[in-house]
Formats: sequence, structure tokens, C-alpha cells
Amino acid sequence: MSSQRVLPSPPLKPESEIPDSKTARAQSEAPNPRRAPSSARRRHSLGNLIVTIVLSLGAVVMVAPLLWTFSTSLKTQEGVFALPPQWIPDPVVWDNYLRIWTAGPLLTGIQNSLIVACTVTIAGTLFSALASFAFAKMRMPYKNVIFLSLLAALMVPFPTLMIPQFTMFASIGWVDTLLPLIVPFVFGNIIMIFFLRQYLTSVPDSIIEAARIDGASFLQIFFRLILPVIKPAIAAQFILWFMAVWNDYLAPIIYLNSPEVQTLQLVIANFNAQYAIQTDYPLIMAASFVALLPVLIVFVIFQRQIIESIALTGSKG
Amino acid sequence: MSTITRRSRLHRQEHLTALAFVALPVIGFLLFTLYPLLFSIYASFTNWNGLTAPVFSGLDNYVAMFKDPYFLEAMYNTFFLMIGIPIGLAISLALALAMNRKMRGSTFFRTVYYVPVISSIAAVAILWQWAFNGDFGLINQVLALVGIDGPNWLQDTATVKPALIIMAIWKGLGFSMLLYLAALQSVPRHLYEAAALDGAGAWQQFRHITVPMVRPVTFFLVVTSVIAGSQVFVEINIMTPTGGPEFSSATIVWYIWQKAFDNLQMGYASAMSIILGLMVFLITFIQFRLNRRNQFSID
Repeated sequence: MSSQRVLPSPPLKPESEIPDSKTARAQSEAPNPRRAPSSARRRHSLGNLIVTIVLSLGAVVMVAPLLWTFSTSLKTQEGVFALPPQWIPDPVVWDNYLRIWTAGPLLTGIQNSLIVACTVTIAGTLFSALASFAFAKMRMPYKNVIFLSLLAALMVPFPTLMIPQFTMFASIGWVDTLLPLIVPFVFGNIIMIFFLRQYLTSVPDSIIEAARIDGASFLQIFFRLILPVIKPAIAAQFILWFMAVWNDYLAPIIYLNSPEVQTLQLVIANFNAQYAIQTDYPLIMAASFVALLPVLIVFVIFQRQIIESIALTGSKG
Repeated sequence: MSTITRRSRLHRQEHLTALAFVALPVIGFLLFTLYPLLFSIYASFTNWNGLTAPVFSGLDNYVAMFKDPYFLEAMYNTFFLMIGIPIGLAISLALALAMNRKMRGSTFFRTVYYVPVISSIAAVAILWQWAFNGDFGLINQVLALVGIDGPNWLQDTATVKPALIIMAIWKGLGFSMLLYLAALQSVPRHLYEAAALDGAGAWQQFRHITVPMVRPVTFFLVVTSVIAGSQVFVEINIMTPTGGPEFSSATIVWYIWQKAFDNLQMGYASAMSIILGLMVFLITFIQFRLNRRNQFSID
């Protein structure tokens, strides 16, 4: 069994064959539906040009706030208040990117975020994958009841659970440590279990039966047969989950007070509150930009998997 | 006979192994979802400050809630901010239609529009707070170019909600666009060809083919956006830390958070969180019921 994609992923290639509305209208208005190919192509390329211009304008709107952030981070404190505003700062000051490391616990923030996100996602992914294998391919009493209970948990919003969870952790003295951010989530992720279970249904039972007859244990089957097959699905879900934990803000703000345990998102929020009073916007923007960068880099590297995975989730809706 | 006992022994072994494999997620569910949920329900009927034992108080919290102007205001604000959902969906469908064609650079555009989605909401809130700055913010700088004197966005009751809506649309656009794009690309081409032969114009094709074909996605997006929208917190906490001018940007989760962790009214906050949970549960339940009827299938 190779590690091919077993699931048909949606055709997210831009080479879609659907005629756009303009060509369609041209066809419908034409007395002869078979148009000369050259004029249709010309029409199509004109449409492409218009669409490209519109999409480019939209793209400018989408990236403008991010560019403005970056531009602000390279200004002096006075440069921020220059009128008219400068998109390209004069002078360009890289100094802010040096100051942020001493102006607040940015490095510890990154470390703490890494600790939380790595622990939760690595352990949680293993447990989720094992559970999805059991739900998809094994005989189990009350299988559907258990699975539906787990799914029902998705209906409960975190704010409804946060007060009892907080008092639970407070009573064992875990407030102001990273543990409350790790422990509840390390047991597995329901969305991931659901997703991998769907993925596993396309693996034929006969393979597993054969391995059983050869005397392989379920753990061996999981690690040798199942894991290689579901690797692409795991990768996509893993990245999404990692980014979600990395970007989380509500749980950290409830539990973490001391600077040395705060995660990156809290650190930049505190930067924002603290330095806005001194109107040190370049410093705030530099810290925020540094906080955005890791996720941006991960996204650009893995954008194919991420985008396919998201599109797949939606079609399951 | 011996084969039967052997088989049942094998089955029992498989049962136990399977239960062991699902044990951890189940334990996590019991400890961190089911127990807190039950406790939240219990706490909502008590007077409780989180430090001493809860004292049973019946329906007091629920009665107080619906007399509490701040709670009602927070509810109103939360729903008001959802105005952005249909606007965002319309824009993202238009974008998906534009991208759904053979052309250069569509991968690039997809990536660019998706960047806000993966950006952390905390960082996004910080940079938009700066963009909405009344004197030197990006938005007012752009407005000044066309001769409009922009407002002090986040300090003005009239503009703080529109500001938050604009930001939410910007952040969510890429996600909806991506799902619409996937849906559009699975629409069979022959439908459009047949319609065109029957003399349907572009608008009719859009109305009678495209819109029904993407309806499941629209439905999914509306439900997930409403669920997410009912839990808006981070951008409020960062951009308007005091709940905005005259409490005009406080959302329900922000108010729960404030009552629980600032004022230590844990019982009251629990009651509000149960109302929120019921809302989300109802929306999800309706989704499951409708989804069965809503599956648009084609052969």
C-alpha cells in the first residue's frame, strides 16, 4: 500500500473548465452557438484582463494593512506622525526589530507558544489517529454512541466551559502555568478524529484482515499500514491545529498572568496596551509583525495542503 | 463449538483494544467537556464568587440577566456585528466567481486573500486598531485622499461597530472564497452549456445554476460564521478594552469574561455562558436537521 491520496480531493486547480458568464452570454446571444474559436479566445483574454485588474485591486486591499504594519515598524517614533504619511519610511529604521527583544518578554513568549503548540499537537495527533482507526476499522461495543458523544462536544462553545475549567485548575494550583493550555487539549482533537475517520473509510478492510491473519497486532497494523496511508490527511490537519493553538488568545488570557509564562499572542497584546500610551507604534508593529511571520511562513510553505484540506472540510459541511 | 468460543475471545480482545485506542479522547471529553458543562449548569443556579462554595439561588441569575441592561446591550451588539456575515458571503462569492477561470496568477490571488485568515486574531486586532487610529491611521489617510475627514473610529459609538465589521469581513473573506471556489469547480460544465443552449443569459445561469449549486456551502458558512460570531471576544478585548464607548462594542463573551474574572460573579457569568451555549447548540441542531434536506445532489 503506497501512501497515495486515498481521498479524491476536490479539484482546486485553477484550470477549471467552466466558461465564465461573459463567454456564456456571448454564446447564448450568438445566432450560431459554435463561435469562431479565435474571437471567443479574444473575449476570454479580455475577460481575464478585467478580472485580473479587479482581483489585483482586491489583493491590494487585503495586504494593505499588513504592509502598513511593516512600514510602520520601520519608522522612527516621530516618523509615524509625518503628514502626508510615508509608505516608504524615511529614514528606514531596523532598530525596532532589535528593541522588541528587550522591550518585553517576546522570546519567552515564542518559547511558551512553541511548548504549548508542539506538546498539544504532537501528542494529540497520535491519540486522535489511534482513536480514528478504532472508530473506522475496529469492532467496538457502543461505537456509535461513543463517537456521537464526542461529536456532540463540538456543539459546546469554549466560553461555556471556561469558568468550571478555570476553577478546576485553580483548585490544583495550575493557574499561571502552561499546563491548563496543554492538558485539556492533549487527549485528542474531535475534528481531527472525525476527519481521519472519514479518510480511513476508503481503506479496504481486507488489508487489515490479511494482516490480522498473519498475526499482526492492532498496534502494528496501525503503525505499519494505517499511518503511512493517512499521512497526508494527518499533515493537513496537524498544520491547521498547530496554527489554531499558536493563535489562541482566550485560554491564555484566562490562565496566564506572569510575563515569563505568557504566550506570544498575550505578549504582543501587552506590548500594544503598554506602548500605545507612549505612542511607540513602530515598536508595537514590529512585535506584531514578528508574531505574524512564523504562521505566514508555514502557510506559504504548506499552502497547497492547507487549502486542499480546508476546501475538503467545507464540502463535507 | 470451539471455533465459536475462539472467535468470541478474538472479538473480546478486539473490543478491548479498540476501547483502549479511544480511551484518551473519551477521558478528555468526560473531564474537560462533560464535567465542566454539568458544573456550569449547576453554577448558573447559584450565587458564587469562585472562591467560596456556591450558594443555591434558584433562577435569580436568569431573572437578573434579562433585567441587566448591560447583558441586553452585549447581546444586541453581538448580533449587530453579524451584519458582516451576509456582506462577506456576497463579496466572497463574487471573488470566487472571478477566480473560477483559466488565468494566470489565480494561485497567487488565492494565497493573498487567504493570508488574513491564518493570521492570529490578536495581531490582526492590533494592526487594525492602528489602522483605525483617528489621526494617523491608514483608513483615515486613505479617506483624506478623497477629501473625507475620517472619524475617530474606535472611540465613537456610531463607528465602532462598523469598524469591527469591516475588520471581520476582511479577515474571513479568504475562507468563504476558498469554499465557494471548491464548490464552483465541482459544478458540472454541461449544466451551463445546456442552459446556454436553452437561451439562458448570464444572470439567469447565475441565479438558477450557480446559486443553487453552492447552497450547501452557503449554508455551512452561515452556520459556522454565526457560531463564531456569537463568540467574538479577542478583537474587543484588544481594540476596545473597556467594552467600547458607552459599552457599544461589548460582546456577550466579553461580558461573561468580565463578570467572571474581573467582578468574580462566577454564578452570574455561568448563567450567561449557559444561554450562549444554548444558542450555539440550537444553531448546530437546526443545521443538522436542515442539512439532510439541504443536500443538493446531482447525478
